[in-house]
Amino acid sequence: MPSGSIPILKIGPTLLATIQVELQDTVVDAFQNDVLEEIERSGANGLIIDISALETVDSYVARMLANTGKMAKLMGTETVIVGMRPAVAATLVRMGYFMDGMNTALSLEEGLELQRRRLNSLDGE
Amino acid sequence: MALPVFSPSGSRDNDTWEIRIDKEADIVAVRQQVRELAKEYRFDQFAVAALTTAASELSRNVWVHAHQGVSRIRVLRNGNKVGLELEFVDNGPGIADLDRALAGGFSTARSLGLGLSGTRRLVDDFKIDTAPGRGTKVVIRKWKKDY
Repeated sequence: MPSGSIPILKIGPTLLATIQVELQDTVVDAFQNDVLEEIERSGANGLIIDISALETVDSYVARMLANTGKMAKLMGTETVIVGMRPAVAATLVRMGYFMDGMNTALSLEEGLELQRRRLNSLDGE
Repeated sequence: MALPVFSPSGSRDNDTWEIRIDKEADIVAVRQQVRELAKEYRFDQFAVAALTTAASELSRNVWVHAHQGVSRIRVLRNGNKVGLELEFVDNGPGIADLDRALAGGFSTARSLGLGLSGTRRLVDDFKIDTAPGRGTKVVIRKWKKDY
């Protein structure tokens, strides 16, 4: 079971992590390990990280989220970040951090749809 | 959010708040205090995020590089204008190559290269005083926009 304070749930073939706490660095570190272990344990082939509750995403948190996506990708799982607030997006870009290579969606609903379409296209190959 | 807005190590004196930084959780305490004040003084959501993020970057710098220091938050008034000033002071190792640190992409163990350069782009005023062995003092200001 995940050891951190961020719940990670499985919805069909997709893992959903919803960040609802004010993020301390060590919590982000633990979350990264937890989510990678949970991908292996569950065999999920999609990961959605919902950050709609976060009012602040600083460079450390942004980099950790992007790295988690890269690590998940190496394992064979695509990550979608959903629900980034307008002020968070504006702040990251003003700081010069673009989270290059990350899949994003406006809402959890759109993130799930994105993952579903991706899986369908994989099945069709 | 889960943590109290006023940190146990914090104190308020007129329009100045002081929060000691000597553990990782203090980064969150400073961040939350700045967010509450920026909201109380009705900065728009973009300015609140900019100030809160800047506070987070600078208090992390104190914690990671100096392990202890102090943050002070002041409310500024200039005529009709309202601003917030954040000051971060530590007696840590200081920064030897300031130009490089301010240029960005200068990555250390945990600051990941955007702390100072990114913060500078988020605020109206940015002052830094540092030298090797003399610690670091950073003062930033952001004024509320009148629409």
